Amino acid sequence: MAAVQETIDRVKGIDVDQYRYGFETQIESEKAPKGLSEDTIRFISAKKNEPAWMLEWRLEAYRRWLTMTEPTWARVGYPKIDYQDLYYYSAPKPKKKVASLDEIDPEILKTYEKLGIPLREVELLEGVERPSAAVETEDGEAAAPRTKIAVDAVFDSVSVATTFKEELKKAGVIFMPISEALREHPDLVQKYLGTVVPTTDNYFATLNSAVFSDGSFVYIPPGVRCPMELSTYFRINERNTGQFERTLIIADKGAYVSYLEGCTAPQRDENQLHAAVVELVALDDAEIKYSTVQNWYPGNSEGVGGIYNFVTKRGDCRGANSKISWTQVETGSAITWKYPSCILRGDNSSGEFYSIAISNGFQQVDSGTKMIHLGKNTSSRIISKGIAAGKSQNTYRGLVSAHRKASGARNFTACDSLLIGDKCGAHTVPYIEAKNSSAVFEHEATTSKISEDVLFYCIQRGLSQEEAVGLVVNGFVKDVLQQLPMEFAVEAQKLISISLEGSVG
Amino acid sequence: MGVAIRKTKAELGLADLYQGARRYLPGGEEITAVRAAAFDRFNAVGLPHRRVEAWRYTDLRTQMKEAKRLASLPDDAAKTKAREARDLFAGAGFRKLMVVDGAFVPELSDLADLEPGLAIQPMSDALAADKPLLSQRLGPVVPDDDPALALNTALAANGVVILVAPGTALSRPIHVAFVTTNWVATSMFTRSLVNIGAGASATVVESHQGPDGSEYQVNTAMQLVVGDEARIDHIKVVGEGNGALHIGSLLANIGARATFNQLGFVAGGSLIRNQLFVRLAGEGTVADIRGGALLSGTQHADTTLAIEHAAENGQSRETFKAVVGDTARAVFQGKITVAPGAQKTDAKMMSRALLLSDEAEADSKPELEIFADDVQCGHGTTTGAIDDELLFYLMARGIPPADAKALLIQAFIGEIIEGAANESVRDALTGAMLGWLGQRE
Amino acid sequence: MTALLEIKGLHAEIAGGRKIIQGLDLTVNKGEIHAIMGPNGAGKSTLSYVLAGKPGYEITAGEVYLNGEDLLAMEADERAAKGVFLAFQYPLEIPGVATLTFLRAAFNAQRKARGEEELSSPDLIKRVREIAKTLNIDADMLKRPLNVGFSGGEKKRNETLQMALLQPSLCVLDETDSGLDIDALKVVANGVNALRSAERGMIVITHYQRLLDYIVPDIVHVFAAGRIVRTGGADLARELEATGYAQYQSEAA
Repeated sequence: MAAVQETIDRVKGIDVDQYRYGFETQIESEKAPKGLSEDTIRFISAKKNEPAWMLEWRLEAYRRWLTMTEPTWARVGYPKIDYQDLYYYSAPKPKKKVASLDEIDPEILKTYEKLGIPLREVELLEGVERPSAAVETEDGEAAAPRTKIAVDAVFDSVSVATTFKEELKKAGVIFMPISEALREHPDLVQKYLGTVVPTTDNYFATLNSAVFSDGSFVYIPPGVRCPMELSTYFRINERNTGQFERTLIIADKGAYVSYLEGCTAPQRDENQLHAAVVELVALDDAEIKYSTVQNWYPGNSEGVGGIYNFVTKRGDCRGANSKISWTQVETGSAITWKYPSCILRGDNSSGEFYSIAISNGFQQVDSGTKMIHLGKNTSSRIISKGIAAGKSQNTYRGLVSAHRKASGARNFTACDSLLIGDKCGAHTVPYIEAKNSSAVFEHEATTSKISEDVLFYCIQRGLSQEEAVGLVVNGFVKDVLQQLPMEFAVEAQKLISISLEGSVG
Repeated sequence: MGVAIRKTKAELGLADLYQGARRYLPGGEEITAVRAAAFDRFNAVGLPHRRVEAWRYTDLRTQMKEAKRLASLPDDAAKTKAREARDLFAGAGFRKLMVVDGAFVPELSDLADLEPGLAIQPMSDALAADKPLLSQRLGPVVPDDDPALALNTALAANGVVILVAPGTALSRPIHVAFVTTNWVATSMFTRSLVNIGAGASATVVESHQGPDGSEYQVNTAMQLVVGDEARIDHIKVVGEGNGALHIGSLLANIGARATFNQLGFVAGGSLIRNQLFVRLAGEGTVADIRGGALLSGTQHADTTLAIEHAAENGQSRETFKAVVGDTARAVFQGKITVAPGAQKTDAKMMSRALLLSDEAEADSKPELEIFADDVQCGHGTTTGAIDDELLFYLMARGIPPADAKALLIQAFIGEIIEGAANESVRDALTGAMLGWLGQRE
Repeated sequence: MTALLEIKGLHAEIAGGRKIIQGLDLTVNKGEIHAIMGPNGAGKSTLSYVLAGKPGYEITAGEVYLNGEDLLAMEADERAAKGVFLAFQYPLEIPGVATLTFLRAAFNAQRKARGEEELSSPDLIKRVREIAKTLNIDADMLKRPLNVGFSGGEKKRNETLQMALLQPSLCVLDETDSGLDIDALKVVANGVNALRSAERGMIVITHYQRLLDYIVPDIVHVFAAGRIVRTGGADLARELEATGYAQYQSEAA
């Protein structure tokens, strides 16, 4: 018992102050005037040289937003947000028009270097030293060859660099900041934007529709398998700034894409709002794999500061035999509220949700998914692993529903929670709604703590407390880690150790 | 929400019922105050609707069109009807108490030769006497401010009070039969209290029935206060008529090292809401809670359970099953809460729905809310049709499809019925199940 | 020469105050195999836990030295690094952690603690595979999560594998024969016998003499009511098989 107590104390002692991404980049930035009004929106739209319909679209969302009330949630509490006290647009001041990576402000490049995000294609091609991926190889899985990853980096409100553009272009893949896509491919954007998450969807999604300043746009043409992983890296740098990015990914018939998303922010004693919207559209036989490692600043050990991560992510399996898979590793943010969902509209379409949510300190996590079965013979799978430590509250909330015509719908859900310490809470709130008798839904959930006997067994073999806890936790989340692309899996594994132990893994 | 919502016809009707009845409702000063407070609580929020999380799947505001007038005291004709009403537990030798049209009827109740340590009285008398025990207990015995329960507190006029003294082991089960006789639709608010002293044990069965074709409304509540090391077996059978609205609340507070066996069985009624609020207040308590529902036609049955493990070393098992035919809808919401400090809690919940038709619907929301770390908790849910392979297996052995289905349904619901410790109860429930299956053919 | 293990006047109880070990003296020299036999509930498993440093036991009196160092002052992982290995009666299951991952973590943690260089993954895998072969352990088993879904025999072979890999100086085998059929028992015993060396000591805890036909001890102790009540040679085990423990239980009581 003493051993476990020690672990608990140690975990308690580690606060989120050990956040490793907490530095701030000193850079001049250009901001929209503080506060939110139609003028702010006109300012953003003008900055981006947007087509007129886009401004109208934003204004409509804004007017709608004014009529909405901010939601309150059962298990999430936070002080009221003053929407007039935020900057809605902040961009690094350009020295001149950027034509190549070499012309990007070196401060920004340094930031991404510090974060370990490779913006320089040359480095990637030469191959830098990689962290050992021995864990996976021991399972008998061959280590993946070093893959190329195209990166779109979003700094505060704007995209600062997109790599591998040329190579992608050859394959016919469009991967660029959404602001650029609005200028270069307005028809494509107009055709799909807001068709998965309508501007009226919810308070934060509507706000996003009005003020989003950048994000990534991806279009994979019919039959194309995207030749590399695509990745966006989000960084909030400015003070008092909300980040509202918008991501739109379309996989046309028979296309495939794997997309990764990472996020960090400096350490600040104020709360910052991140209200993103992600829309995925998969047409017939297409597949989209979307992975997130979310490590926004979680606040300090007293629960001061941190990001409010209120995000709407939804995928539409619009075509027959389409597939959308969400994988998330959530370790950051003071409050996380997100339910990456799948609308299984096409016959035989399938949706997946794999999640690891770790909360420590005073973090509040309310996350899960929605699997809406509309087409025939649709299937979905949900694997959720929640780990609560410190004084955090960790909730899984999910909906699985089969509509009248969704014959042959299948779902399997497993959500497991692990508690470390007796001051935290772990909650499971699934909604399972079957309106079709041929639907087969299975759901199981467990909540437990790490067995003392298992810890002792590891320690008897020579592992320290922390190593033993880390090992068991990594085993606990393994099913989900395996879903991540190799580079992310290794990063995620480290992040999990850091989130729980404070020692560098 | 801050938005003034217009009162529905039913809400206005309920307010009228309360205003009209409050001067006549039994109770002294204290109880009158409890009633007034409860009515205010109800009136502030109105009938629960789908945006009230605990009522998400049963929108009473929409489904309850009006409030029926309060039932009048049973006359001789009503009493005769009640006496002759079908009794699922006839011949089992249970001590039968009758509540007819919402009123406890002593002359129809078996009050002879009460065992030492057993006391029974009409709730109306107890209320009128303003007994301290009741004024304490009329409010919820477990924390809950459910609006339907508040309505019951405000308007309950009668019911039974069963007191079992500490150390008393009642070998003869008590059957409280709630019978509605009137074809003209009325509403009945009943409240009962069962108090099992420390170390005592008892089996209490409640049954609810009434005529088909009448849209009568029942709002009934049962409070169970179970002492340390006591044991209660509580069985509730809802066999209401096919037009009935039945809202039942069970409030149970269970002491340390006690045993709580509860079984709910729904095989009647039109709109049924069975809510259970259970608090395992003392350490080392063992609870086994089961529920079965056999639904057809347009029935809507909602079972909502909130069980709180408030102390260490508690163990609970919750098993709920529903068979849903035609366009019926089964709802199960089950929440297990483990309070801070309730270490070594072991709780497992399972709910299953068997859908027999394309239009049948099952909604399920199992919840875990855990605030202690050294626990083993889990829940499982399945929804699906009858297993084709099993059906084929039986048919390959020569069993006709209808019989094979019936057999599989029996096996499915059998697990719930087995939970009753008393053989006569098991027999009666098996009989009810077979009757339901017979009607389907 | 200092003894490998020296236990002097050991008293131990479990949390809650129940006295389990009551005055134990035992010296194990390098190269020796000691069998500890005794009735169920005598405290044999407790002894193994106390030596390995499992939380939840209180040492109320006595001293334990490993190569002259105070064992009781060390945490369980330090003891492991110093060479104490406990083969569990019921090895634990760890879902999601591949056996090989676990072996690597344990092996390198011990090396690190001793200030030795960690072994690279390919070298370690090679080493593990060699040992696995001698124990009839399928390479596939190494990829499976640790002990999850393993049969009783597989779990015990896995314990033996770990012992062979970690090369401890003191092996404590707790009821290693439980749950094994005769073929599995032979495989495990051969594995253990292969580890017999002049530098290593072993304590074999068992209820039955059967195991000792295959792992022949140098010294046999009868353990009852928390202490050693009789000590003899290998033939003592066979005598016990014939007479049972009843006399010792009454003696101790």
